[in-house]
Amino acid sequence: MGETSLFAALGAVIRRDLLLAMRRKSDVLTTLFFFIIVVSLFPLGIGPEMAMLRQIAPGVLWVAALLATMLSLNRLFAADHADGTLEQMALSAVPLGVLVTGKVIAHWLLSGLPLALLAPVLGLQFDLATGSLGVLVVSLLIGTPVLSLIGAVGAALTLGVRGGGVLVSLLVLPLYVPVLIFGAGAVEADLTGLGATAHLSLLAAFLALAAFFGPWATTVALRIALE
Amino acid sequence: MILSKPRSVGVVHNCPMLEASNLECVRGEKSLFRGLSFRLEAGACLMVQGANGSGKTSLLRMLCGLAQPAQGEIRWDGEPIRKLAEEYRGELLYCGHAGAVKDDLTALENARISATLAGAPVDEAAARQALRQLGLKGREDLPARVLSAGQRRRVALTRLLLEKRRLWVLDEPLTALDKAAVATLCGVIDAHLAAGGMAVLTSHQDLPLAATHVAQLRLD
Repeated sequence: MGETSLFAALGAVIRRDLLLAMRRKSDVLTTLFFFIIVVSLFPLGIGPEMAMLRQIAPGVLWVAALLATMLSLNRLFAADHADGTLEQMALSAVPLGVLVTGKVIAHWLLSGLPLALLAPVLGLQFDLATGSLGVLVVSLLIGTPVLSLIGAVGAALTLGVRGGGVLVSLLVLPLYVPVLIFGAGAVEADLTGLGATAHLSLLAAFLALAAFFGPWATTVALRIALE
Repeated sequence: MILSKPRSVGVVHNCPMLEASNLECVRGEKSLFRGLSFRLEAGACLMVQGANGSGKTSLLRMLCGLAQPAQGEIRWDGEPIRKLAEEYRGELLYCGHAGAVKDDLTALENARISATLAGAPVDEAAARQALRQLGLKGREDLPARVLSAGQRRRVALTRLLLEKRRLWVLDEPLTALDKAAVATLCGVIDAHLAAGGMAVLTSHQDLPLAATHVAQLRLD
């Protein structure tokens, strides 16, 4: 199996998942609206206290991003498992890890990327300065792929388990804690004038680690789930 | 239970061969079958028969490497399939109960995407040709959602024509197919066997194959 056909298969999985999402837009839009509504509830509930809002903004936006990502995790493998596509993927001449990586990339393109692009607009409600909004976007752009990668492991482990939706939250949310701390921390550090570079570098390190181990762990979990 | 009919004893075979030795399948605490051995050579077909729950699907999934036998080993060309991994999967085509057909994609998209995911991309003309051959002319661009069960099964079976694989493992391929489609499918399987392919299949219906090297395996 040559390198070109591996990339062809990777591209095909991503295109297929994007195409399926386009045919069924409600799944993607639910996640985004959830994010928008949860984030907007806080300024409405707390009232126009600018200092307070600025202080809680990074945490609120990041926690909402985590929860929105969680919402979409169940669907990551469930449909493919139900209609037999996952079996075919496991039996493909293309290594399963490559196909899983494609699915995770597609998941990020459909959940993480739109969240990161929406975040600055929602950040305005919290009176964040332009510079901090920029840091927020960058932190989400680096952090949300980690959420997809770790989430895929959880989704694969709970595949076919009854009540898997709740279980995947219990399994995955604790693993999201470091990403939350350094993601929200980056924006906070920028707000207090410390500079966000250190936080962002650590987030990038998490991403490198998750990109290396995530697909491998997901593949192992999927093979167990299929047996 | 030895089912192989070694036609040329003592001659070294260069053609690939599927060999199962002493397989045992355990479901829960019950042993469905044990001590199952057979050998399948190029151009041969193995019909697995048995009542519901006798372990037909389990056996087929073992042959694909999706499930592990409780005991025994499956070898392809003398090498355990566990060790061969992707190399073996490149020779194998499995068609299970679930057809891996996506409701939201058209018949054509389903055919092309499943071929690409299997690692054997095909162009649009080839995919259209395969769909026509299975009697889906004029249905190529309809979403699979609106197709009948039999038509969806035909979409799933286009993989037989599009992926060039030597070993076909087909679990109840006739489900929901009408008489004409059964005849077409038999023709496709016969052509595959005549070209030196191998097939393992289960079916509760009669499969009128013309091929001569059809062995029966009863699981009881």
